[in-house]
Amino acid sequence: MQLDAKIPEGPLEEKWDRHKASMQLVNPANKRKFRLLMVGSGLAGGAGAASLAELGYEVECFCFQDSPRRAHSIAAQGGINAAKNYQNDGDSVRRLFYDTIKGGDFRAREANVYRLAQISTNIIDQCVAQGVPFAREYGGTLANRSFGGVLVQRTFYARGQTGQQLLLGCYQALSRQIELGKVRMHPNTELLDVVVVDGRARGIVTRHLRTGKIECHAGDAVLLATGGYANVFYLSTNAKGCNVTAAYRAYKRGAGFANPCFTQIHPTGIPPHGEHMSKTTLMSESLRNDGRVWVPKQAGDRRPAREIPTEERDYYLERIYPSYGNLVPRDVASRAAKRMCDLGHGVGPGGLGVNLDFADAIARMGKAEVASRYGNLFQMYQKIKGEDPYETPMVMYPAPHYTMGGLWVDYNLMSTIPGLFVLGEANFSDHGANRLGASALMQGLADGYFVIPYTIGDYLARSGSSGVGTEHAEFASVRRSVEERIQTFLDIGGERSPDSFHQQLGKLVWDDCGMSRNAEGLNAAIEKLPAIREEFWQNLRVLGRGEELNQSLEKAGRVADFLEFAELLCRDALAREESCGGHFREEHQTPEGEALRNDEDFCHVSVWEHQGEDEPPVMHKEPLEFESIHLATRSYK
Amino acid sequence: MNLTLKVWRQKSSREPGRLETFPARDVSPDMSFLELLDLVNEELQGQGVEPIAFEHDCREGICGSCSLMVNGRAHGPETGTTVCQLHMRSFKDGDTITVEPWRSSAFPVVKDLVVDRSSFDRIIQKGGYVSVNTGSAVDANAILIPKRDAESAMDAAACIGCGACVAACPNGAAMLFVAAKINHLVHLPQGRIERATRARAMVAQMDQEGFGHCTNYYECEAACPKEISVENIARMNREFLKASFSAQ
Repeated sequence: MQLDAKIPEGPLEEKWDRHKASMQLVNPANKRKFRLLMVGSGLAGGAGAASLAELGYEVECFCFQDSPRRAHSIAAQGGINAAKNYQNDGDSVRRLFYDTIKGGDFRAREANVYRLAQISTNIIDQCVAQGVPFAREYGGTLANRSFGGVLVQRTFYARGQTGQQLLLGCYQALSRQIELGKVRMHPNTELLDVVVVDGRARGIVTRHLRTGKIECHAGDAVLLATGGYANVFYLSTNAKGCNVTAAYRAYKRGAGFANPCFTQIHPTGIPPHGEHMSKTTLMSESLRNDGRVWVPKQAGDRRPAREIPTEERDYYLERIYPSYGNLVPRDVASRAAKRMCDLGHGVGPGGLGVNLDFADAIARMGKAEVASRYGNLFQMYQKIKGEDPYETPMVMYPAPHYTMGGLWVDYNLMSTIPGLFVLGEANFSDHGANRLGASALMQGLADGYFVIPYTIGDYLARSGSSGVGTEHAEFASVRRSVEERIQTFLDIGGERSPDSFHQQLGKLVWDDCGMSRNAEGLNAAIEKLPAIREEFWQNLRVLGRGEELNQSLEKAGRVADFLEFAELLCRDALAREESCGGHFREEHQTPEGEALRNDEDFCHVSVWEHQGEDEPPVMHKEPLEFESIHLATRSYK
Repeated sequence: MNLTLKVWRQKSSREPGRLETFPARDVSPDMSFLELLDLVNEELQGQGVEPIAFEHDCREGICGSCSLMVNGRAHGPETGTTVCQLHMRSFKDGDTITVEPWRSSAFPVVKDLVVDRSSFDRIIQKGGYVSVNTGSAVDANAILIPKRDAESAMDAAACIGCGACVAACPNGAAMLFVAAKINHLVHLPQGRIERATRARAMVAQMDQEGFGHCTNYYECEAACPKEISVENIARMNREFLKASFSAQ
């Protein structure tokens, strides 16, 4: 596997401009001769599909939901970052770049992150032009707030529904192109495999989730914008349908998988309760703008929060990290919460929770102002927990939320399979070992609106038209394997549901490869996984038929891929003998329990190459070179 | 809690459906309504009965996938709530709960509790957008928008496209859904340029999809999980009327 990141020459500030100027172009009249297959309709996929169609390409867009408007980007709450410096508080492209690199614990590619920071400002312009109703000041200008890991106010937001409003902007742009006939939308359609012919991605095989129809689609390029894999933990803040299948299928067809162990555990999730729980719910990081995090000073203190006097409370984030306080990055906040709970200071059922308290904010600015900023989040919390956060603190515990790892891509967002591009959360490129709040929306839209429209043109101009149609033998062969796999699921006739395997897997991965990891646990997990897989293939029960809406069958396919993928995740976590960002190896920590990086040996991207069904994967390294900033110990104190 | 569920089961749009009764035992009040269905489905699969199909995804009340009539009410008894955010503490031990799909001829049943809402997408495709290509935007702060207008736009834009308004309306009207999008955009200067063509085209598509007309029952507002006001419908009617008199 050749890993050429294709980072353009020249100073960091000029790389993207130089690259744009040197890329080959496709004649506007020739663009309609290229057919592009976009899988996913979230911020990256929706923005990409719409923008490519506007340029004149023929786009086919696929999503498993019943409408592209329901992609999981919709659930993002807090906001989107951009280096606009509208607040005059010292923000700049350079600062956003630096914050993101540092936030990612120096495990992201400099050139990609710099481009992201540059593009961030265009995104806000584009979204406003589309009619995204961002929050505004009385003078009519855009409002900002702060997110974790930064000391400026650069986050744009639309109440607690920023992801929804940005996605609706994309969805509307996409709808316009559908109406114009430039995008053919395939809702209720799930990718089940990627077709590679002569080393190039030439198409996909899909299943229509309502009719069960298996279809082949050929294109000049395949673009995956299929999101992350946090559902490998079963309980996560991701939507129930989020899955690793597209990325994992591509991996098995030859795409390198980068840094799978970089998973983000978000500090403010609603703690799990009971066996029946089907997912965790996130409470936006924006709450940490005004909410204060604390636990009782006395371990085992079970008094209700309001009965514990201030001097007996430990506002531990403010105490340990005075300069960032409650707004430390997510990995830092999550680990601190876990540490407090492990020491017996946790609150709520099982002692697995910390208080997020708004009493001071309410006293300072009044209940009405707090409600105007966070009303919908408070309402959501109250519905789930049956407790009123205006009266009593929220109880929070970290929850799997986002995955920084993903398919390896070069500067042009192309994977190791030529013609296979990967956008948004599905790729690995911009967040290193930890993503800062309000940066996922930024990256998804950057990739979709402003990167892929340029870089794909260069690929198409150089490679020319594919000339491979669905009549090619490889399509028939992949289609057959997809059909056989579906039939196998239906024929096993065992005892257990796909969900029960998913739950079992999730617990294992959470325990051994969750917020903190060690070699012993990871080795044990790698040993246990084959047995779970074996039982899955012998004891699975999927009722119903393949030629109709069959939600168990959908789950079976996704769980089967998670069961294999989990091993890759654990292997990567085992190989990375350092702690950085969201990846915390217990063997590598400072005396204060902070992550201890090892730049000497691990300043690289780990890229895994599939070797066949019974062979362990091989790891390749893309060294990370920092020319513009020097590697520093990450401190938020 | 122990409950009795009466659930609509229908193999496909071509076959008739009927209510079937299932017991639900050991239900925790902390469960969401969809987790109750998960529980029932897990039991059904154990018995060799095909699980109940229902739409869901984010389970946080924002994606708009879930779509159940619970005891005859869209999204169930609580106001401002999607059914995924409805918790079993809203019910009591021994209750019998009827669960049906959205009721509307414009939303045909696909299977069990799953309906086809693609008509909503087709309405948006007719003009529920600002026609601006990527890359041609001016600086974001070059368009000043009074806070009040931005808030009104956001109130309307909060629509999650779930279809509860249609399911709750005795006429099966989609007026609240269409009005929400028209008003979101008309409150903003960017959206006003195409206001007339948008209002005409979206309303025409709404009619073509077979949705009913508004006769002011206000059931849509009561059922809307995002509590979008029926005032939007009045404003849409005004938009449509003005558009009808403006040049094509």
